[in-house]
Amino acid sequence: MTAARLEVSGLSAGYGPTRIIEEVSFVVPAGGRMALLGRNGMGKTTLLATLAGQTKRHGGTVALGDTELTALDGSGRALAGLGYVPQSRAIFKSLTVEENLFVGLKDRPKTAIEEAYAMFPRLKERRRNLGSQLSGGEQQMLSTARTILGQPAVLLLDEPLEGLAPVICEELMETFAHLAASKAMTILLVEQRIKAALDFAESVVILERGRVAWQGTPAALAAQPETVDRLLGVGH
Amino acid sequence: MSRPIRDLIAVLVLAAVAVVLFFLFPTNLALLTRIVAVMLLVLSLDLVTGFAGVATLGHAALFGAGAYAAGIAAAKFGITDPLLMLAIGAVAGSVAGALSSLVILRGHGLSQLVLSIAVVQLAHEAANKLSAWTGGSDGLSGIAPSALLGMFRFDLFGRTAFIMAVVMLLLVFVILRVVVRSPFGMLCRGIKQDPTRVRAMGAPVYSTLVKMYAIAGAVAGLGGALSAIATKVVGLDSLSFNLSAEALVMLVLGGTGKLFGAMLGALVFVWFEDRISAINPFHWLTVVGVLLVAVVLFAPNGLTGAAEAIWKRLRRARS
Repeated sequence: MTAARLEVSGLSAGYGPTRIIEEVSFVVPAGGRMALLGRNGMGKTTLLATLAGQTKRHGGTVALGDTELTALDGSGRALAGLGYVPQSRAIFKSLTVEENLFVGLKDRPKTAIEEAYAMFPRLKERRRNLGSQLSGGEQQMLSTARTILGQPAVLLLDEPLEGLAPVICEELMETFAHLAASKAMTILLVEQRIKAALDFAESVVILERGRVAWQGTPAALAAQPETVDRLLGVGH
Repeated sequence: MSRPIRDLIAVLVLAAVAVVLFFLFPTNLALLTRIVAVMLLVLSLDLVTGFAGVATLGHAALFGAGAYAAGIAAAKFGITDPLLMLAIGAVAGSVAGALSSLVILRGHGLSQLVLSIAVVQLAHEAANKLSAWTGGSDGLSGIAPSALLGMFRFDLFGRTAFIMAVVMLLLVFVILRVVVRSPFGMLCRGIKQDPTRVRAMGAPVYSTLVKMYAIAGAVAGLGGALSAIATKVVGLDSLSFNLSAEALVMLVLGGTGKLFGAMLGALVFVWFEDRISAINPFHWLTVVGVLLVAVVLFAPNGLTGAAEAIWKRLRRARS
């Protein structure tokens, strides 16, 4: 599957009757990379879960290229090309690394898991280890690799660096940058490590109480330190 | 050690155990053949419960479907070739598995259990009512399988039936090892752990489980057909709730999600049941009950789980 444009228009959603995100709109061009930023509790994870079809949508639309995703459930969206790496990583802990990767193959041949090992050589070393025996970084690599094996057109990454050692963060960000450079998939990254996210992204959306509070490029954001301070709670 | 070599060793060990049993208990081959048939039922249950996480107390319906299909083919249509009867049993079990899964998989947790009980009770009642075909409560008789491969007659001591049963069990075991390790098998295990996550990955949960049920049905159906060939009679007990519940007990006893556990559980349970009932025909169920309570309390992962834990402890102590 090749990279596709992700278009979100007037999206409102939440859990049951509770609305968490309101009237969110943005576009990520095919092969583009966007960072979704905001302080804790501003709806970033809910937005990604909504895009993946896992929350209750109250309004708005989501489209992947020419395909309208709004009416599809999570499984349908994944089949349409949306790959979601959740914050919880959601690996299968009683399966080995290799077995976890098999689950992500969909109908691809078993040999395709070599792509995952090429991306994350550490996983090959640990291929016989159970998911429960992996470090946080390795679990993140596994969750990401398993999703990428499904060849999504758009990859949603929810705080992939959370709780990881700096050296692992660098390794992961290098892989994401490599993926993005290949233009094989469009990437939407939610991340609390603002510098890493801005270094990676071509465009930025900042959420404030579930609404889009700012949109622009990383360079434009860097030129507005008061915006960074106000919306992200960090000084420049 | 690579997996094919480990599998080969496992098959050789199973074959060696069968040979030892054959010579050690020449007068008990009918019981051993029954154990193999029950092993197939419990292996089948392991596929849907141990590997795919489906709760069921109605699995004997698939075993019974295989038994009645093979029996009816022989008694009513003159299809007495044992291999053909086995094939008919497997197909009938597979169809019954796929059809019953369409109902059972609509529920989750307790409602799934209730649906599975309803399925086996309906199958039991249908077999009872269709007495012209099934013999009703008298059982289906008149099953006379011809010689295996045209050469080996099913003798009074049950030698042919036992050898055929063991060969079939080994074949099924090897095939199931391949199935549970395939991406399809991993998908089933993923569904057992987190169906929501599997759905979010775009993998089909429902149809995957239906496929697994069809495979499991074929295995249980083979067991049923084997039972029909070996005993030459099919009774309503072959698709009873009681047999379903016992199969689940055997699986828990041996250990779920391991294949070996299913076979060990069936062997220990049926053998123990036979011995204890012979020693004390009045209180044997009490003894079996106490055994099960002890296993669940002291070896919650079953006999194979306990053996694995002891093996790991020994290795740790040695290193």
